[in-house]
Amino acid sequence: MNANPVTTSPSASPNAAAPKAASPSGGVRLAPRRITLWTRLKHHPSALFGLFFIGALITIALFAPWVAPYDPSEQFTEGLTIEGRPLAPNAHFWLGTDLLGRDLLSRLIYGARISLLIGVVANGAALSIGTLLGATAGYFQGWIGIIFMRFTDLMMAFPALILAIALAAILRPSLWIVALVIAMVNWVWIARVIYTQVLSISRREFIDAARVIGVPTPRIFWRHLFPHLLPTLLVWGTLGISTTVMFEASLSFLGVGVRPPTPSWGGTINESQSYFLEAPWLVAFPGIGILVTSLAFNLVGDAMRDALDPTLRGQGP
Amino acid sequence: MRGKAMVVMLGLVLALLPAVTPTWGQGSGGTMIVTFKDDISTLDPAIGYDWQNWSIIKSISDGLMDYRPATTNLVPHLAESFKVSPDGRTYTFRLRRGVRFHTGREVVAGDVKYTLERVLNPKTQSPGAGFYGGIKGAKAFSEGKAGEVSGIKVADKYTVGITLDKPNAAFLHTMALNFSHVVPKEAVTKAGADFGHKPVGTGAFMVKEWRLGQRLVLVRNPNYFLRGRPFLDQITFQVGVEPNVAFLRLQRKEVDILGDGIPSADFVKVMGNRTLSPLVAVGDQLQTGYVTINTQVEPLNDVRIRRALNMAIDKSRIVRIINNRAVPANQVLPPLMPGYDKAYTGYPFDREQAKKLLAEAGYPSGFRTTLYANNTDPNPRIAQAIQQDLAAVGVKVELKTLAQSTVIEAGGTKGQAPLIWSGGMAWIADYPDPNNFYWPILSCDALAPGTWNWAWYCNRDVEKMVADADAMVQPGQAAARAAKFQEIYRKIMSDAPWIPVFNERRYTMHSARLGGAQGLFVDPIHIPVHYDEVRLIGK
Amino acid sequence: MTAYVLRRVVQAAIILLGVSLLTFLLLFALPADPARMIAGRSATVETVARIRAELGLDRPLAVQYARYLQRLAHGDLGRSYAQKVEVAELLRSRLAATFFLMVGGIFFELLIGLPAGLLAAVRRRSRFDRAVMLGAFLGVSAPQFVLGLLLLYLLAYTVPVFPLGGYGTPAHLILPAVTLGIAGGGWYARMMRSAMLEVIHQDYVRTARAKGADEARVLTRHALRNALLPVVTLIGLDFGTFMGGVVVVESVFGWPGIGQLAWQAIQIVDIPVIMGVVLVSAVAILLGNLMADLAYPLLDPRIRYG
Repeated sequence: MNANPVTTSPSASPNAAAPKAASPSGGVRLAPRRITLWTRLKHHPSALFGLFFIGALITIALFAPWVAPYDPSEQFTEGLTIEGRPLAPNAHFWLGTDLLGRDLLSRLIYGARISLLIGVVANGAALSIGTLLGATAGYFQGWIGIIFMRFTDLMMAFPALILAIALAAILRPSLWIVALVIAMVNWVWIARVIYTQVLSISRREFIDAARVIGVPTPRIFWRHLFPHLLPTLLVWGTLGISTTVMFEASLSFLGVGVRPPTPSWGGTINESQSYFLEAPWLVAFPGIGILVTSLAFNLVGDAMRDALDPTLRGQGP
Repeated sequence: MRGKAMVVMLGLVLALLPAVTPTWGQGSGGTMIVTFKDDISTLDPAIGYDWQNWSIIKSISDGLMDYRPATTNLVPHLAESFKVSPDGRTYTFRLRRGVRFHTGREVVAGDVKYTLERVLNPKTQSPGAGFYGGIKGAKAFSEGKAGEVSGIKVADKYTVGITLDKPNAAFLHTMALNFSHVVPKEAVTKAGADFGHKPVGTGAFMVKEWRLGQRLVLVRNPNYFLRGRPFLDQITFQVGVEPNVAFLRLQRKEVDILGDGIPSADFVKVMGNRTLSPLVAVGDQLQTGYVTINTQVEPLNDVRIRRALNMAIDKSRIVRIINNRAVPANQVLPPLMPGYDKAYTGYPFDREQAKKLLAEAGYPSGFRTTLYANNTDPNPRIAQAIQQDLAAVGVKVELKTLAQSTVIEAGGTKGQAPLIWSGGMAWIADYPDPNNFYWPILSCDALAPGTWNWAWYCNRDVEKMVADADAMVQPGQAAARAAKFQEIYRKIMSDAPWIPVFNERRYTMHSARLGGAQGLFVDPIHIPVHYDEVRLIGK
Repeated sequence: MTAYVLRRVVQAAIILLGVSLLTFLLLFALPADPARMIAGRSATVETVARIRAELGLDRPLAVQYARYLQRLAHGDLGRSYAQKVEVAELLRSRLAATFFLMVGGIFFELLIGLPAGLLAAVRRRSRFDRAVMLGAFLGVSAPQFVLGLLLLYLLAYTVPVFPLGGYGTPAHLILPAVTLGIAGGGWYARMMRSAMLEVIHQDYVRTARAKGADEARVLTRHALRNALLPVVTLIGLDFGTFMGGVVVVESVFGWPGIGQLAWQAIQIVDIPVIMGVVLVSAVAILLGNLMADLAYPLLDPRIRYG
């Protein structure tokens, strides 16, 4: 109610809370200690774990050829039983083999590249596009709002599946095309959610006050609006990793994305789903990979959000 | 008093008789449940052409000819007998008397003429029109230049004569195809475009209920002209059922036949299980899985390269990948087909020899090419196995696993698809005659945009040989004809437009309560089972 | 409000036209020939050509689209190429099942997601909060096929509590709806939690609490109302997407919904059916979003009908 726009905005970021000077006389410190992002994160052990995991994942993905025990595409004759069934985790193949006798661990290591790229980049792109459109529509309303949101409706109603099949036949399939298609298709959901939020937030008094004072619109977006959207973006950015990875698998299945035998986590799950009751490791391990990755991003994001959240400052972890 | 008691006793005994005597013979009863994943599209015999409705249609309508159950032997069916003219061009069929449509009307020769003309009529959009294009006057009729097909003559109420432009040894087989199954004009006219959902025929079963997307229920025809058939009272087809779930239902005794077969995931478990494996009938199919090599694309136009590719594939490994559900193939025809050559050994699996041939042809370090496959399991896996085998001899293959319709289109477009794995779209014979493996998929005649001859193969000498073989119409020439086809396909294999990989076997899993000879469950013509012939045990 | 709804209906009509045109063009851009798919393997080139002519596929695109619109204006959605059945009938036969699954799915999503999200927000950083977070990610990450198959295997096969898939009674609806609920509940839980946390810590709630109002009342009146906004958005989105068909869940449970119809039609390029499904799906999406837009002012009086 009496929220002062200046103090509740993150314009005064944690780093900027640095005191002008510590008292030179060595007496009682009056100004608070410099609270950095790192300080905040230190208090969140789970966030550290998340960071560590993501770092490890990126490293493994980058150095896959050195880390993976085998060639991910090599179909071993001894990788299948005599009747052609995949092998459960054993001494030779730590995570077992897939339906063609290939080492699952190696495939997951190489697959991390694709899944990280898709889960982070494609998802991020979709989020950015959606947020921009949704926030603009929600803030300005009027004609812009109508056109943007109806355009969103149109893209939502558009059959992405058929688009994917058409692209698969016309273009040379590649990961970038998949990322493009995902970004083109997935932005609509976040756009609607952000739109709703902005509708509500932009009616709040502090925004009105900022407008009255004469704060330029881009600044309102960044300083006043965006921080309140961060929690939503966090939810979508992290849960979205899982759905995006699986979406990539569907697109590759239709022929748009990675071509066999290139491995991806979602692809492995997709091709082994119906064998779940007989060879659960083929779904479990990539599934765990996807799960832990999105969790890791969530933990880090949660901590970052806490660090940047204006309303939480001074409240502790 | 005693007399009356006797009558009553007799009456009681007679009344109870059906319940106690083993009811062989007329309609023994029970309902069989079959599961399918895809919806059943149409039951119009002139239009239905997918492997699901093919056998269902065979139970609803009948053709002049049919096959003895569980065999590939042709016998007259709706026809009582037939004669072939000495020049082999005219067939005269005498119809059985007293065969009635489900509506009650008797079948007459005019119905045969109507049925065939309906198939040839472009408005019907029948996929089978091409089979009857060899009938005299068919072309003129289809093009609208004639009001009837002059080659089909109704001699009298029960006799119909069909004259062909050229003798065709496979003609009688086409008279057994669903497309020629006789339908009554008045029912077709009345139902119009909905005839496919309200089919009327002479078959052993009639449609009782059809709920789109859920189930189709057939009920036995009490007036079926073959005494003692069918055995079942009713068949229920449940659609939309995923194979894995169908398998669970079968184990819980809720369904009788897995229409889509044993799911790949459970196959090994089933065959190794002592309680479950007896429920599986095993047989062969008229099917070959192969890779087509586009003879018009560089460098595949060189026969040495094609032979090299043939020698590069490890077929036993591929068979193992699909859990040994097939046997490696070395020729075009499947083992069940007349004309199959048991003595032929084909191209051996020999990587060194393959590399030598490639070097001879000018590609010592291999070359790059593309392999198409459809994206339904297990085809992408098989394609990847082929990819690895070819890489071992230096041929680097880029894989395109796409939707079926896209692959089919690519195959039919000149110069587009160098290699295609035919799995999922692979040739299953329309009828058990060796020329069915030639004309649509290997002949010069078939070459045009949209062809199914994905190898774009054309050998005029071979074409002439097949035409000659097709002219060997007389029954006495059957053995000679089979021998000629052996020669023909050996010649084709030497040109190597294909890499035959395997012949899939049939594994039909059914519930314990179904009886009948095992062969009925792997009937080569009726897939998955011969609906008219199977029965419930004890009924 | 009526004026607003009318405006939206007009906008919807324009969008539907746009979607149908775009889909039509896309379908013809596909390198697939429906005539050939119908004609099958043994058809001669003449047969295929004749079928193509019969279906009107050899006319110029503009003419075909015009004919399509003309028939649509009379309520004729055409006939399926493969089944020769009227598209309207095909859709009708599956509409009820799709609707029930949509309702059931949203019901379980809310049942699972809302209480979890609420309690996670209230007990922030507790073990419960973490458990809910894990559960949400697990549910969303699990492939629906595996989830459904597992539920069937455990609750219908091993222990026959529910029927093994199929359609007909309310008991048949439970497992597929629960599958959708688990797969989607995580979104509701996380959004609910996030939105509530946002509000719980805002000044006015703090002030209300300081005034001594009952904590529960504070939560329900102020926080929930606002937190429901994103939830309503999600419900609107789910309405649209579920009515368009959820092919994976439908396949596993043998549920005769529109999703299976669409998938089969796409395989064989059955254009009339595809156009029909896209139309139904588009209407549902527009309707879902409209209903959500109509609900917002009820939840947050500051929002007015745009």
